[in-house]
Amino acid sequence: MLDRDRWQEIFEAIGKNKLRTFLSGFTVALGILIFTVLLGLGNGLLNSFLSSFVDDAQNIIFISSGNTSKAYKGFQENRKIQFKNEDFEFIKSNYIGKVEFATPRVYRNSQAKYEKESGSYNIRAVNQDHQYLEKTIMMKGRYINETDVKERTKNIVIGRLVEKDLFKNKSALGKMLDVDGIPYKVVGVFQDSGGDNEERIIYIPYTTVQLLFGNNDHINQINLSYNMAMSSEQAIAFADQIKEDFKEKFKVAPDDQSAIRVRSFAEDIKETMVILGGIYLIIFIVGIGTLISGVIGIGNIMTFSIKERTKELGIRKALGASPKSIIAMVLQESVLITSVAGYVGLLLGIFALKLIGNNLEEFFILNPKVDTGVIVVATITLILAGLLAGYIPARRAARIKPIIALRDE
Amino acid sequence: MIEIKDLHKSYQMGSNSLHVLKGIDFSVEDGELVAIMGSSGSGKSTLLNILGMLDEADSGSYFLDNVPIKGLNETKAAQYRNKFLGFVFQSFNLINYKTALENVALPLYYQRKKRKERTETAMSYLGKVGLADWATHLPSELSGGQKQRVAIARALAADPKVLLADEPTGALDSTTSYEVMDIIQSINDEGKTILVVTHEQDIADMCKRIVHLKDGVIVEDKKVEQVRASQYVG
Repeated sequence: MLDRDRWQEIFEAIGKNKLRTFLSGFTVALGILIFTVLLGLGNGLLNSFLSSFVDDAQNIIFISSGNTSKAYKGFQENRKIQFKNEDFEFIKSNYIGKVEFATPRVYRNSQAKYEKESGSYNIRAVNQDHQYLEKTIMMKGRYINETDVKERTKNIVIGRLVEKDLFKNKSALGKMLDVDGIPYKVVGVFQDSGGDNEERIIYIPYTTVQLLFGNNDHINQINLSYNMAMSSEQAIAFADQIKEDFKEKFKVAPDDQSAIRVRSFAEDIKETMVILGGIYLIIFIVGIGTLISGVIGIGNIMTFSIKERTKELGIRKALGASPKSIIAMVLQESVLITSVAGYVGLLLGIFALKLIGNNLEEFFILNPKVDTGVIVVATITLILAGLLAGYIPARRAARIKPIIALRDE
Repeated sequence: MIEIKDLHKSYQMGSNSLHVLKGIDFSVEDGELVAIMGSSGSGKSTLLNILGMLDEADSGSYFLDNVPIKGLNETKAAQYRNKFLGFVFQSFNLINYKTALENVALPLYYQRKKRKERTETAMSYLGKVGLADWATHLPSELSGGQKQRVAIARALAADPKVLLADEPTGALDSTTSYEVMDIIQSINDEGKTILVVTHEQDIADMCKRIVHLKDGVIVEDKKVEQVRASQYVG
């Protein structure tokens, strides 16, 4: 393989048969180009699906309560289920190892006021874990921390648009914001990719809200994220288990759908993955199909080229070329053309994907690209394909009888 | 140099069997210049192909430089061809995308000689046939006589024991034919054994021995007074 002279022979043969070489290479380059672009677009589709979950953590589970719809164990129907701090503690202490982050949520709608500007905003009273669950990005300052929750501080974190609405062009950091008549200190400003509404929210430590508004320990909702090591089946099972445990805890009928609601993305993600799996399968089949047709094309053209070179190969054999050296020459030429052409196709494909970029976002294709692993596999496939495409013609070439090849027409 | 005993060869033509060589006994000494003559169908090309290891006889023995040539696999045959034989064809059979020099160097490539040595040797043989100045030209840029001279240089490059020329002047006019024969004679003068297949009497007369083939047997085998080609070459 490393015989410099043989490479020189091959380059000479290629250099002097440019059209033939170009035609052989073209089919493979085209095949790989199509494969790369298809795969990239498929990845873009995947990115697009995944990004629809990125506003929140993908492994999140929401637990909320409502009214019972059935009488059960001596309780009337239409009983209101109210979560309390102990239910949150139940989550934290009962599912150790399965829960990654967990936060209570208490909702309020409040009037916020700074100097002359005021507006109505949704309050979410939460703990420090909420930042990770909501994927909140801090623009400045910090998020609510453990001390805030423990000491029921009057520290708050506001959305980018709250700052814009109330503080105009000034920084809100360190300023006192009046919420329903009580002054809070702004310790942080955040942004969120979930849209404008997500950026018009105010976060307050949940303990503070429980103390100042109602002096109780009520919770509206519990958000938690499960351990990412769990498979989607395990995650679905875990969500079901939480639902059962809570129904038992609140003495809710097992088939009551409205009293305890547990929602997770695990099921959605699983479905999406199944669909994407199908899309990948199609891409794979189309890609392999184009690659195979490229290989057949190369095989064809190599066969043709062997026929065209019958005389030359006969001369070579008369001059002492062994069948092995003929096979090696044809195979090497085929592998060289296939890999170079394939690589050109690959680079063109990657370039095309770069050009496409995010221009097809409206077709659910986001940031299409192929990863290095695929490129390595493609390279190996190309070399194998070259060997395959060259083998039959090479064997035929080796069988050429010089006496027949050299016969004068 | 060449020892052939009772050589038979037939070809299968559909259901018919065509007996081409019907018992050839023939030997060639070192340094001979032999013309093999005969009309078409006499078996002279078949004989040359067997001598050249491009084809194998059905029966009989063939020794080349005391080496038995029988039952060779393709690799071995290629090796022997490279080591023992140089070929010159009627239609030159140069590789059209290689220059004169590269064509001459090709047998040396199959002898696994180093590039530098190949180029030097090839150049010296090109010089010998008077084409040193044409080394970088492609066959398409050469005249018929020049092409055949390149082919002779290529046949000589591997320093073979025997040179086999199949109608070397068949595609050339008489002036050029004599030029080529002049070169063949001078190579023979240096001691190389050469077999020339021809159907032209004047070419045969320029050899030292004429073998006549007819219907697959040798009908005449005589030494002749060699006509020197140089007298016709201006």
